[in-house]
Amino acid sequence: MKRILDKLTPALFLSPALILFIVFLIIPFCMAIGLSFTDQRLVPNLFVPTEWVGLRNYIRLFGDEVFYRSVLNCFIFVVVVVPLQTSFALFLAVMINQKLKGVKVFRTIYFTPVVVSMAVVCVVWAFLYHPHQGLINEMIHFLSLGLLGPYDWLHSKDMALFAIIILSIWQGVGFQMIVYLAGLQEISADVYKAAEIDGANRFHKFFYITLPLLKNTHIFLALTTTILAFKLFTQVWIMQGPAGYPEGSTMTMMVHTVSQGFRHGKIGYASAITVVFFLIVLAVSLIQRRLITRNSN
Amino acid sequence: MNKNFKKTCNYILLSVLAFFFLFPILFMLMSSFKNSEFQVIKDMSSFWAFLPRGDMGIQNYLDVFRQMPFFRFLFNSTLIVTVLVCCGLFINSMMAYALARLEFRFKWVILSIIIALIIVPFEAVAIPLLLMVNHLGWVDSYHVQIIPFIADALSIFLFYQFFIGLSKDLERAAIVDGAGPFRIYWSIVLPLSKPVFATVAILQFLTRWADFLWPLMVTRGESYRPLPVAMQQFYTQEPKVWGDIMAFAALITIPVLVLFLIFQKWFVRSVASTGVKGGE
Repeated sequence: MKRILDKLTPALFLSPALILFIVFLIIPFCMAIGLSFTDQRLVPNLFVPTEWVGLRNYIRLFGDEVFYRSVLNCFIFVVVVVPLQTSFALFLAVMINQKLKGVKVFRTIYFTPVVVSMAVVCVVWAFLYHPHQGLINEMIHFLSLGLLGPYDWLHSKDMALFAIIILSIWQGVGFQMIVYLAGLQEISADVYKAAEIDGANRFHKFFYITLPLLKNTHIFLALTTTILAFKLFTQVWIMQGPAGYPEGSTMTMMVHTVSQGFRHGKIGYASAITVVFFLIVLAVSLIQRRLITRNSN
Repeated sequence: MNKNFKKTCNYILLSVLAFFFLFPILFMLMSSFKNSEFQVIKDMSSFWAFLPRGDMGIQNYLDVFRQMPFFRFLFNSTLIVTVLVCCGLFINSMMAYALARLEFRFKWVILSIIIALIIVPFEAVAIPLLLMVNHLGWVDSYHVQIIPFIADALSIFLFYQFFIGLSKDLERAAIVDGAGPFRIYWSIVLPLSKPVFATVAILQFLTRWADFLWPLMVTRGESYRPLPVAMQQFYTQEPKVWGDIMAFAALITIPVLVLFLIFQKWFVRSVASTGVKGGE
């Protein structure tokens, strides 16, 4: 009897989480693949039953200009945000890792935006980006001695994505800063002292010691920021709406998915976008991991 | 002289950066306390936006309470996040404990699946999950916003890392005394693991408090709507009254800001632990 109980214990510990994973992650994931080959609708129509349509959704997807636009925008967002945000985070971490009085206050301040919900960030920045008297336009006007601006940040097709990039970095960089700070504090002071004896200056120390020793942190942050960036949704949905206004210049894969699946009820088509979205994220993370580990060896 | 100059430059740079991170928050708070919308608009494009001017008070906040059931939304968000975080702490730590300490077959398979799940974005299953909860009739409820998110791969991984590092001595002593695995988990491992519980709780709290995509799709009316979705609805109403919008934004932000300032050591520690462990 006790033997059987002993064997059952691990199952009891594991099953709650396992069951939840299977029901709410693994089954839906398999469903996404299956549904992408059907014309499933969110609200079923009794007269038109759901049917297998083979590759029709995927064929449509490759002729869908909005989809191309969304993939392109996601890549632009990732390619700009990931390097910019991680290097800015590293810069901030180095700044607050100095032995200065009151440096902890600055650490707290830089981290504060992370605790502000993205929906709030979007609304406040929408006010700052106001096309006529917005504070940001006025600051740029003032700093450029009246040469630049005013811009209609959120409604001009050249500026809208850029405006979202800035506020996304503002909100998220504090998180990565703390992760880098933890990495910096793991590096022993002896390594730097030894380098100083060999005559290394500040830049040598940064490029030949700090950067390579943070390898694991770079990999971790590059991967997580990339995945986060591909998921871009909230900012666009709140500030530009489901169409990725203006002219689809801020359309992203997730906005397109939700707009097709949730607003228009086309579950089959939205599932096809989801599958392609997942494959892209997976491929990019694998390639990235490969590149970073190879370069640092 | 040279050293002092360097120090001053450092502080100037630090302060400029501080301004960059604080100005939207200051702007939000200051505008929210300006009673007259005319004043808010007049001040929005100059330095006056950060300073009290004109009639200051809580009129905008009263307007928000009059127009929307704000406390209903606050209650919804608080309830959802609290239940979610508490259930998550329990269930995820149990699984992690089993992976770290108990012996069973296919342990490595399960552990690798969990690690792989960390990078699967929830967004990749949002649409089929929506279809599923629609069939189940879960739309517009609390549980639809709670149950799918209880099990969390990153939480399990953080717990696992922590439990692996704990000394086994106390547990061995307890086994000699005849304690079963659940007793050991509950009365020995849990009390030793407060730091990792705080870490996971804070990280989950921050993500879930800001959740937007899922509640947007599964709440229809006001009864179960959480704060971020309410914020969006309030913002998209025309005509925009910026003073009221800023008051609404401040109302969502202030409680979290206060929690953050009180527990900042824990916030920073929890974020720090994701990277060092995750990067290994």
